[in-house]
Amino acid sequence: MSELLTRASARARFRAFVDEFISPCAATNDMSGTIPTEVLDAVSAAGLWAAVLPEARGGTGTGMADFGILHEEVGRGCSSLRSLLTVHSMVLHALDRWGTPSLRERWLEPMIKGQVLGGFCLTEPDAGSDIAALRTTARPNGTGYRIDGLKQWTTGGQRAGVLLTFARTERGISVFLVDGSDPGVRRQPVEGMLGTRASMLAHIQFEGCLVGADALIGLDGAGLGLAAGLLDIGRYSVASGSVGIIQACLEASVRYAGGRTQGGGQLRQHQLIQQLITKMAVDAQAARLLCEHAGSLKDAGDPATLAATCHAKYFASTAAMRAASDAVQIQGARGCAPGADVARYFRDAKVMEIIEGSTQILEQLIADDACQRLGERGPRPEGD
Amino acid sequence: MTDTTRTELRQFVERRFAGIELRDDTDIFSLGYANSLFSMELVLFIEQLIQTQVPSEELSLDNFRTIDAMTALAGRLAAADQRQPAELG
Repeated sequence: MSELLTRASARARFRAFVDEFISPCAATNDMSGTIPTEVLDAVSAAGLWAAVLPEARGGTGTGMADFGILHEEVGRGCSSLRSLLTVHSMVLHALDRWGTPSLRERWLEPMIKGQVLGGFCLTEPDAGSDIAALRTTARPNGTGYRIDGLKQWTTGGQRAGVLLTFARTERGISVFLVDGSDPGVRRQPVEGMLGTRASMLAHIQFEGCLVGADALIGLDGAGLGLAAGLLDIGRYSVASGSVGIIQACLEASVRYAGGRTQGGGQLRQHQLIQQLITKMAVDAQAARLLCEHAGSLKDAGDPATLAATCHAKYFASTAAMRAASDAVQIQGARGCAPGADVARYFRDAKVMEIIEGSTQILEQLIADDACQRLGERGPRPEGD
Repeated sequence: MTDTTRTELRQFVERRFAGIELRDDTDIFSLGYANSLFSMELVLFIEQLIQTQVPSEELSLDNFRTIDAMTALAGRLAAADQRQPAELG
């Protein structure tokens, strides 16, 4: 019972914060394509950038279950800000867990305080879901490395102070933490995206970017394994944020359907509208339970959390798309209008089905996992 | 400790890949159906088993290829974990 009370208390605190600081400016941010510094500062003041780290390691979190609740609530208010929190958490976790002492000394505190934001530089023009195909190189240079290559669609890339960068070395895919102010780093802002428009995306060109040997995160060549662990955190965040979108759709739909009269009665009294609201309510709860399950497994250190997180992200992101589509449908033309919250949820929900493991990649992973556990492995495609 | 660890590791892999024919020196990754997600599952399982984190310098795929290698890794980490208080003191 006490755990439930603690979670309820955390949710109430996060919800109040989002309602006061995040939701009121989300539509404006979406239109301007940026998140104002005051909002980022409010997140810092509330200590929410470091929720992925427990207090014992300098963070402000009390576990991954609470982390999920925070990301759900922020996702309910503004998916763009939740995206920034996602990648920052992934980079912070990598630094804390596998960073060298000198890297930790330099970056941990400013990242925990939100003075420096993290960017996650993985995707390239010819490497998205297929990480093994990436072309960015890190070649030995003196005592360190020289990084060259192009990264695309980097969330927060317009202002990230440190860039967790995946690059190919002689030993395979490796991971480096790069100072964003290095002269070998050039950023090209990406504007006018379909969804999460305020997440300050950028394409990032590394050209003769020199880093020391201590910039290596984990072992040289261990990048694929690290990516799996880090994407698991990102996936959990996106799953939780998707629950927030469903909840936002539900709340907007109930408000609208209760306030609008159609055919002589409240819209909410029409059975076909009730059907749409019912699907949203049940999907919200089902997705939330899947996320809570994945979060509890993470807190227990149970390896089953990796599969559970895939299940949660798959269900929550596809349910968010359904909910957002229905929320727009309920509001009709008003839901399609510029600045309509449900239109933003619709556009943001589509992004949730793509990032941190697309729906199709998750279907492959989940089906493979199920078959393997039941003894039906079958041949694997070459190169997988 | 080592025998128990070896047995638990074997049971974990056998549960994950039902029907797998596994010797202690079988390279699990060469069988063709283990992926990077599974490698992280192995890291988490070993951490859960010995109640300590796998440090970055041990995150080599070679440490997770076989039951033998994982048993040896778990043994090294457990021994290092027991030494740590004395070394700190």
